[in-house]
This record gives sequence, C-alpha cells and structure tokens, in this order.
Amino acid sequence: MSVAVSHAAPVAAPPPPEPEPAKTNYLNVSHTIWSWLFTVDHKRIGILYLVSITVFFIAGGIAAGVVRLNLLSPNGAIVTEDAYNRAFTAHGVMMLFFFLIPAVPAVLGNFFIPMMIGTKDLAFPKLNLASWYVFIIGAALAIWSVLAGGIDTGWTLYPPYSTRASQSNVIPGVVGVFISGFSSIMTGLNIMVTIHKMRAPGMTWSRLPLFVWSLYATSLIQLLATPVIAITLLLLTVERAWGVGIFDPALGGDPLLFQHLFWFYSHPAVYIMILPGMGVISEVLTCFSRKNIFGYHAVAWSSMGIAVVGFLLWAHHMFVAGISFYAALLFSLLSMLVAVPSAIKVFNWTATLYRGSITFQAPMLFALGFVVLFTIGGLTGLYLATLGTDIHLHDTYFVVAHFHFVMVGGMVMGYFAGLHYWWPKMTGRMYSDWWSRVAAAIIIVGFFLTFIPQFWIGYHGMPRRYPNYPDKFHVFNVMSTAGSSILGLGYLLPAFYLTLSLFYGKKATANPWSATGLEWQTPSPPTVHNFDSTPVVVCGPYEYAIGVDQMGRGLPEPPGPGGAEGPEGRVGITGPPGPMKKETEVVG
Amino acid sequence: MSASTHSSVLKHHFEDLGQQHACERLGIWMFLATEVLFFGGIFGAYTVYRLWYPHEFELASSHLNRTIATVNTVFLITSSLTMTLAIRAAKLGDRSSLIRNLLITAALGTAFMVMKGFEYSADLHERYVPGRMFQGEYEAALRAVFPTDGPALTKEQAEEYFKAHPDEHQKWAAELVLQNYGKSLNDPTYRDPGRVQLFLCFYYIMTGIHGLHIIIGIGCILWLVWEAWRGTIPPENYSTVEVVSLYWHLVDAIWLFLMPLLYLAGSGMHH
Repeated sequence: MSVAVSHAAPVAAPPPPEPEPAKTNYLNVSHTIWSWLFTVDHKRIGILYLVSITVFFIAGGIAAGVVRLNLLSPNGAIVTEDAYNRAFTAHGVMMLFFFLIPAVPAVLGNFFIPMMIGTKDLAFPKLNLASWYVFIIGAALAIWSVLAGGIDTGWTLYPPYSTRASQSNVIPGVVGVFISGFSSIMTGLNIMVTIHKMRAPGMTWSRLPLFVWSLYATSLIQLLATPVIAITLLLLTVERAWGVGIFDPALGGDPLLFQHLFWFYSHPAVYIMILPGMGVISEVLTCFSRKNIFGYHAVAWSSMGIAVVGFLLWAHHMFVAGISFYAALLFSLLSMLVAVPSAIKVFNWTATLYRGSITFQAPMLFALGFVVLFTIGGLTGLYLATLGTDIHLHDTYFVVAHFHFVMVGGMVMGYFAGLHYWWPKMTGRMYSDWWSRVAAAIIIVGFFLTFIPQFWIGYHGMPRRYPNYPDKFHVFNVMSTAGSSILGLGYLLPAFYLTLSLFYGKKATANPWSATGLEWQTPSPPTVHNFDSTPVVVCGPYEYAIGVDQMGRGLPEPPGPGGAEGPEGRVGITGPPGPMKKETEVVG
Repeated sequence: MSASTHSSVLKHHFEDLGQQHACERLGIWMFLATEVLFFGGIFGAYTVYRLWYPHEFELASSHLNRTIATVNTVFLITSSLTMTLAIRAAKLGDRSSLIRNLLITAALGTAFMVMKGFEYSADLHERYVPGRMFQGEYEAALRAVFPTDGPALTKEQAEEYFKAHPDEHQKWAAELVLQNYGKSLNDPTYRDPGRVQLFLCFYYIMTGIHGLHIIIGIGCILWLVWEAWRGTIPPENYSTVEVVSLYWHLVDAIWLFLMPLLYLAGSGMHH
C-alpha cells in the first residue's frame, strides 16, 4: 500500500522522553574478571568476541603487511620465499576463519539480534558462552601453529601438498580451524532459534529489521555448510597424521574430492562473511538518508536467495582443475545467477538513497563505501564466473583484487559501518565525528590505491602467491604497497578514537542517530535485561517517512552533519518548505 | 501455559515454558541438521570411492566382523525403544521408570561400545589397519610368494603355502596376494591394495566418529539420570529428555546406514 505523507510535519506522535540513564547497565553491573569470563549475557559475550577478533584483525593485518612489503621489489624485499608462503597463509587463515567469519555475526549479531527483536537474551545463553570458549581454543591452536613456524600451504590447504609434502605446522592450524568451526555453528544455531522463537509481540517476519534477515540467512549457511568443512579437515588431518591416502592420488585417493568438499563450505563461507555486512548497510543507509528502505521484501528475500544459491556454485573455483565441461557450464551459470540477488540489493539501496536527506557521518561513509566497492567486486566476479575469461584470470592477482573488493571493501567496510553505528549503544559514548570521518575517507582512498593496480597486474598475468614477478609489474606493486600502508593507517585510527571515546567521549543519548529499531529504545548502554518490559511492535522497521519507531512513537530530531544539532545543517534534497509528496511503502 | 509460568524450570530469559520448549526442540533439530551434513560429507566421499572401486570395497568389507556388527545393531535399535519409553515415563512423571529406562539405554550404548572395542582389537590383531601396518603385512605375504633370494612360487604353490602357514600371514593379506597373482596393474581383476586401504580409512573414521557420538550420548543420558534422580525433570519439563532422545535416535539412525555400507558391501559377491 502506498500513502502520501507530508514532509513538513510528518511526526505521528511525539518522541518518547529521553530515558534516564540507567544506574546499572550491562557494563557496570559487576566488575570482576570472572563476571566477564563466565557471563551468559549476550552483550558481554559480544564484547568478548569484539576484543578477540580485533586481535586477529591486527595479526592478520601484520601478515598482510609482510606480504605487501615483500612485493616491493621483484625478487622479494624482506623475507625468504618460504617465509613469504607462511605469511600469506597466516594472513588468509587468520582473516578468514578468525576475523571475517565471526566478525559481524558473533559481535554485532550477538549483541543486537536479541535487542532488535525485543527479547532479553539469545535462546541458549550458555551455548553462546561455550561458543566463545570453543573459538578461543581454536584460535589458540591457530596462533600456536603460526608462532611455531607457520603453515606454507595457502589457506586453501590443497592436498597432496598439504598432506604429503609440506614441512610446516599443518595439523595444529587445521585442528584450530576445525574447532573454531563449531563456535560458528553454535552462534548460527543460537541466532536462528532466537529469530524463530523469541520475537517480541507484533514483531512479525515482515517487520524484522533487514539486519536480522541477513543474519538469518547467514545462520542457515553456518549451520549447513560448516559441518562439511569439519569432516573434510578431519579427513585431511587423518591423512597427514597417519600417511593414508584419502586425497592422495598415489594411494587411490582423489585430490579433487578435497577441493569439492572444501569449496562446498568455503564458497558459501564467503556469504557468511558478506551477508551480515549487507544487513548492516540496510540499517545504516535508511537511517542516514531518513528514508524507508526501498523494496523491503526484495532485500529480505535476496538474502535468502544468496544463501540458497550460494550452496550451488562451489565448483567455479575449480574450472581449470579438470572437472567435466558440462559441470563447469552449469556452475558458471549458477555463479552468474547469484549476481541477481546481490544486484537486487544494490539497486534497492540506491533507490533508498534517491531523494533522501543524507548526512555523512562515519557509519554512512563506510556504508556508501561498501556500496561502491562491493559493486566493483561483484561485477569483477562476473569475469571470473565466465568460463572463458576465468581460464585467463584464474589464480592471478585479478582474483585477489576481486576477492578483496568484496571481502575488505564489502565486509570490512560493513563491519566498520556497523561498529560505528552501534558504538554509542554498546558503550554509551560518542566517538569523534571528525576523526571517524577522516578515517573512513583514508580507508576508502587507501583501499582503491591498494587493489585497483592488482586488477591490472592480474589481468596482465601476475599469478597470486608468487614472491617474484617481472619488472614490468614493479610500479603497480609499489602502488599497491603504498596504498596498503594508507589503508593500514586508516584502520589504526579507529583503534585510537574509539578507545579515547570510552574515556573522553560525550555521553550518548538513547537514540543518537534518531533510528527506528527496537535496540534504540533502550538506554545507552543497555541494562542487563535490555528492556524493562517486553516491547510491543506496531509497525515495520524503517518508518522514517512518517517518523515513528517500531513501537509507534515519534523519533527525536536527527543529528545534522558535523555534529550540528537540528535540521538546519542537513544537506541533500529536502524540498521546498511545505508539504512534499513522497511515495513511500508502508511495510508490515 | 500461564499456570506453568512460575515453574522452577523456566529459565529467566523466556516468557513461558511453551517458548522454552519450542526453542529447545528447534535447537536440537537444527543441530541434527548440522550432524546430517557432517556425516553427509563423509558419506559423500565414501559413495564416490565405492562407485569408482566397487571390487576393492567388496573385498575389504568382506573381512570385517559381521557378527559383532549385527549384535551391535540389535543393541542400538533396542536402546532407541527404551529411550522412547523414558520420554513416556518423564511425561507421566514416573520417576523410577524414567531412571530405569535411561539406565537401560545407557547400558545398551555401553554394550555397543564394548563390542566395538573387541572388534577394533581384533582388527588390530589382524593388522587390518591402513598405513604402515597394512603395507607391512601385505608386503610380507608378497615376499613369501616372491622371495628376493629364490624362485617365485607358482599360484598353486602359493595357495598351498598360505594353507600350510595360517598363523604367519593374515587371511586378508593372503587373499589379496593370491587375487593379484600374475596380474598387471591394468587388469580389471587386479585389486589395488591402496584402494583396499581407502575402504579401511572410511571404516575407521566413520565408526570412530560414530563411536564418539555414542560416548557423548551416553554422557548426556547419565546426566539425565542424575537430573531425574535429583527431581529436576518434572513432567512439564519432559522436553529435556526428548531433546537427548532426538540426538540418540539420530546416532542410532546413522548406524543403520553405516552397518550396510561398511559391513555388507561385499555380501553375496565372490572376490
């Protein structure tokens, strides 16, 4: 149904009075170390995950720094070729399995899913805590394998190299990944059951915030794909430890079977990484453009579409591995198909921005960066899904650049957007507006400088994972390394201003962005049980046009740019004074 | 459900017991889905190799102990019955029957594992283990037929030799050597020892993982016994028993697939 609403006086109800900052919130309710290590509060577990994955983000970043620095000169600038192999493997394993996979689901999902659907906790709080311990055990093994000399197989661990030839610490690393997979399953299961069974009265499926929908789709993949990598890694470990030949062609095994099983998880896994980021973007874009989401159902169902189709295209990683031509044809077609729901999202986000009154706070800058970078990453993915071009581009820097555009330009941007968006709610403090916007700008510029040259050198034939390259690629590699140092600086900035905000930041109001979700109806930081009484939901998640939150109450005045209070500083198309006709979809 | 809202078994973050039970049930079903995918991966790998190497798999399977497997199947199916009776007892609030049925279930599970232990130990004794043990045994039998310091035995002599020295060489090794006597690697009746070992890999990994699941299940059942004995499983909280039973039935069902795939692969075929 569509209604015409007045732009001038849209508020249906007065905003609720600012709630008294709670005397006891989830942070100050207790202070001992044990109250953190044995907590079953989903918010504290989210913080535990936040701290843990930050460590891995830094460690993986250092490994990436070693790789980029070494590529400064055509014959390796700083480390031996063997150490180079270990560095890029460490970078891949730590970033993928210990940062990207848990980043949004286990930090922001853990923290905000119960708050967004209006409940006190996830369905299984103890399982939630157990998942963190399992993650830490897996992480400890992985760190140990890196400190004890590292793994040189690449994160893909292809046998028979990884089982017969490699002289590095394959087993502890693989067991670490195996164990941490269970924490991913536990988180996914918990979130999925919570979304099914714990929604507040009135929170129907079509009133769920899109972040919740995207986490639902993510959890589906976590539940159904992760066990397959578990059994695969187990077989790999057995083969390496006992010298039997499950994947070893010399003993009757088939290395391609490993690749099939590995990618059956690891391809859907990239959707575990990107889908939550997409959910964050839907939240942030609507809030900072003061618009209802365009095409709620299309965006929600495209998440499910990506999750389902994402299971059916793993073998596009194996086009040159000798699979059947007809299989390759089918997997190529299915790979193209997954671009459709992804494009649906991008089109709907763009339509959401259209005629919005946009402000450019840090979350919005990260979100806009996501849309641009993800679109480039997605479109270059089509080159790789096409059989003919993939033969040329396979295993080159083109793949590396594509993957980083989606994962770093997409997911890491989405993660930072979410972290900046929800930071005031999580900590009760506002961070520096100016510094955060500077950081977003630096990250976007550094990102382009790092990865655009890699498309070029990849297209012209530089293979991935090689420590040496011909002189003609020198200047591009130098550009890329220079860009990565800018990128690294951009990632360091939030570590400073977010930490400083904890001590010197302005106290955050309950709803500093004037957003509609239920999580903003609690004090900042929230109390232990989130809500004093169970909230009752009366409308869809993004009623910015009529200016009500999900409980049907008015919204406070949104902030202007640069922290200016009030609407006078807002930029973008706000229209002439007086009533403005806006076609808008009322959801739910 | 309003009557049970103030029950002592209601956890603080749920609205009522109905919601709590719905969460528990959905949670265990989703967990079972992950288990199916977990075993699905290895069943898939098994299927691939069985289709490629049907004869080696038949040969390897025929040397496993079917008697123990059959007895174990009976144990597990019976334990599923007693597990279901335990749910009924929990629903009716019959505590002694609940504890009795749970203990029988745990005992049957333990019996399964004990039999499995005997079977593994027999396999180990026959050196029917992939890797160095298998390789060594096979090569020893090969050396006996094709000695390095003398003329090779004819096929008849080799059969006589293995019959006359049943304790020196394992039956499976002798059979494999005789089967392959004088055959080239391309001969369709040649049985590749590497592929025979492949079957054994699957045998040990699949039964090993399954056994681990049985042990975890026994642990859960004993925990239920403890809870029932303390009186914390009142009739309105019987879903705790149901949750464990769903897991137990899945482990049972997986065995019903493992049994024919591993033990009956060579049935009725002469190799």
